[in-house]
Amino acid sequence: MDKNKTFNLSKTGLTRRTALKGLAAGAGLAMAPGFVRYSQAQSSAPIKIGFQSHRTGIGAAYGRWYEKTTAAAVKAINAAGGINGRQVEVIIEDDGTDPGRGAEVVGKFATQHKTDIVFGTLFSHVVIGSAPAAGENKMPYFVVSEGHHVASTKLNRYVFQPGITDVKSQIQSMAPWIAANAGKKVTQIFPDFAFGYDHRDYLPPALKAQGAEVIAQIAIPPTESSFTKYFPQIPAETEVIYHVMVGPAVLTFVKELGEFYGSNRPQLFGFMDSLEAVDINSPGLEFLDGSHFWEGSPRYAQADDSAAQKAYRAAVGIDDNGAAVGDPKDVSTASHMFGCWETLYVVKKAMEDAGYKGPEDRAKLVEATEALTAFAEGPEHPQGPKTFNGKIHQCFGIQNISKVEGGKLKVVHKTKIEDGLYEAEGDYTKQAL
Amino acid sequence: MSEASPAKAYALHLGIIALLFVLSFVLPEYYHGLLARIMVLAVFAMGYNMLFGYVGLLSLGHAMFFGAGLYGAGLAIIQLGWGVPAAFIAGIACGAVLSLIIGLLALRTTGVAFMIVTMMFAQVFYLLILYFANWTGGDQGQVVPQPARVLDFGATALDLTNPTVRYMTALALFSFVLLVTLAIVRSRYGRVLVGIRENEERTKMLGYDTFSNKLMAVVVSGTICAASGAAYALLFGYVGSSFASVQYSILPLLWVLLGGAATTIGPLIGTVFMYYVIDVTSGYTSAYLLIVGIALILLVLFFPKGILGTIRQRWLGWLP
Repeated sequence: MDKNKTFNLSKTGLTRRTALKGLAAGAGLAMAPGFVRYSQAQSSAPIKIGFQSHRTGIGAAYGRWYEKTTAAAVKAINAAGGINGRQVEVIIEDDGTDPGRGAEVVGKFATQHKTDIVFGTLFSHVVIGSAPAAGENKMPYFVVSEGHHVASTKLNRYVFQPGITDVKSQIQSMAPWIAANAGKKVTQIFPDFAFGYDHRDYLPPALKAQGAEVIAQIAIPPTESSFTKYFPQIPAETEVIYHVMVGPAVLTFVKELGEFYGSNRPQLFGFMDSLEAVDINSPGLEFLDGSHFWEGSPRYAQADDSAAQKAYRAAVGIDDNGAAVGDPKDVSTASHMFGCWETLYVVKKAMEDAGYKGPEDRAKLVEATEALTAFAEGPEHPQGPKTFNGKIHQCFGIQNISKVEGGKLKVVHKTKIEDGLYEAEGDYTKQAL
Repeated sequence: MSEASPAKAYALHLGIIALLFVLSFVLPEYYHGLLARIMVLAVFAMGYNMLFGYVGLLSLGHAMFFGAGLYGAGLAIIQLGWGVPAAFIAGIACGAVLSLIIGLLALRTTGVAFMIVTMMFAQVFYLLILYFANWTGGDQGQVVPQPARVLDFGATALDLTNPTVRYMTALALFSFVLLVTLAIVRSRYGRVLVGIRENEERTKMLGYDTFSNKLMAVVVSGTICAASGAAYALLFGYVGSSFASVQYSILPLLWVLLGGAATTIGPLIGTVFMYYVIDVTSGYTSAYLLIVGIALILLVLFFPKGILGTIRQRWLGWLP
């Protein structure tokens, strides 16, 4: 910088008259229409939410429904006055369900779109791949993934999962019902990759605590397209088959399991992840009749649905069978997508608590989110009440166990929040902001 | 192909390095970050080009070399608590050893068989990552912790998560590999490789041991790809199995074909082109891969030897 051009007040001939002139000119400028517009722009500009969407790739079915739910939630929030009096604007970028592209997209939101937060990621590998970019850009990153990665405290202080219970908690909360109602000797069949490993690792101790046991664990390689050869490994004394196969192979899996057992089968218990966006009445799935599933939020409308649940379903546009209104074949991802709705309301609450004005307040937003402790059931949280642990950035809610009856899923049990609580594995709040 | 004077060739390459250096100060923030990533992946493409472009060996398994560097460096930090320099060397060493072993086995084949064998080895590598998920993080992958990604020099420290440091580190790696590649292709050894590509039997008849020359090329290629993978882990903080999947074996092939096989600068141009087409088109439509496909078809029609390869053929015959 050129020293000669440095402004030095003491050496200028600033008289009282010029000072007054300056003040008058400043006041005039402040009252000018343009200036007013500028001032207002800072307080009334929309809050920009970067939505990292799985529009393409393996997560596309989820991504589409996550977008629908997000659009419905934003419409409701804006209709009710927005956040801190500001409207919410969603900017969508496709991450291709790819962790490399995911990190780029988070960087794009931070440095090009300059969004206030990033939100909405589902697939675990994309969350984990994107988390470093969120931390480096100091960008609050609200995921709707259900993976245990956030609560494991191995990511960073900017990553939150306040809208959906993590899979470790979900599995743990299933154990009491399985042990009491389905059977004590459980055989697990799971895909031989990370999603399956969560079930492999967390179910045995949870069942043991309930006086039941896992007697066999059958991991099926992700490249497998036929499963019959694995079924002889299921011990004869098995009372419950706990299955969490995912992807297109699930139809073959169920069909072949049916052919293997016929009408004399053990109890079946599965996770709805297997059949999200898949019609439960698809050919080949008849064998599931009478079996039980975990559901995050029920796909089918239930007789005792709360007013909030009914309003949520209407707003998102799903019918009583959990398919898109007007298109019965377009089945939703009901067990997960409610998390988008609820997460946006958590963001709203945290931004209001923090008095959030713009990206300069992101650290305040992180602290305000960490300070949250519970979310009551209602229009903002239609899936049910939740507690939130600010140290591990994870919420814990109720879970549903549903029975396949007459081609529909009927909720037969709702767990308690306490069923899914576990010891915190770390503390994000000790990390620097 | 006419021969450029060494001064002309090196001036062009140094000019590109200088341009990338200047871009660091003028690019908008987002494109600054994106170009850092592109430079690291262009190194991957340059490594691939060494084998595909100059020796004519089409591998569909180079993701394993990138993955070897990625996991070699990443796991050295995550599991062993090593520092950045040691982890980077570990990543490169993993790639060098792996490429030597793969080279010894795969070079017993040629042509389509070589392509299939490399793809099968890469698939084995990918499945091993999934199999040892307790160590590697499996398909979810693992984060390289931010505090560990600091280059500590005692009195001073370089934080690799800082955008400027990251860009300059990527540029340093890119520049080094670009100049090494140029030196190799201009050397006697480089000419032997081209000789093997054009007519292996004749090269053999001239007294060259083509197997050991090809093996050396596989090792150099694999090591450069591993350097790219190691840098990716350290600069961007994530190691995941998707980077070792078949998709990442095909991508460098596309980048090289786009930019121009057997050109030193083509891999950079191809990587930049592909990245920007995806980045821009994905903002308009979810069918952006369709547009990418159309762009590729148009390129094949009008630039059959890739962008730089066609330019060299038609106008600038001296391009290395």
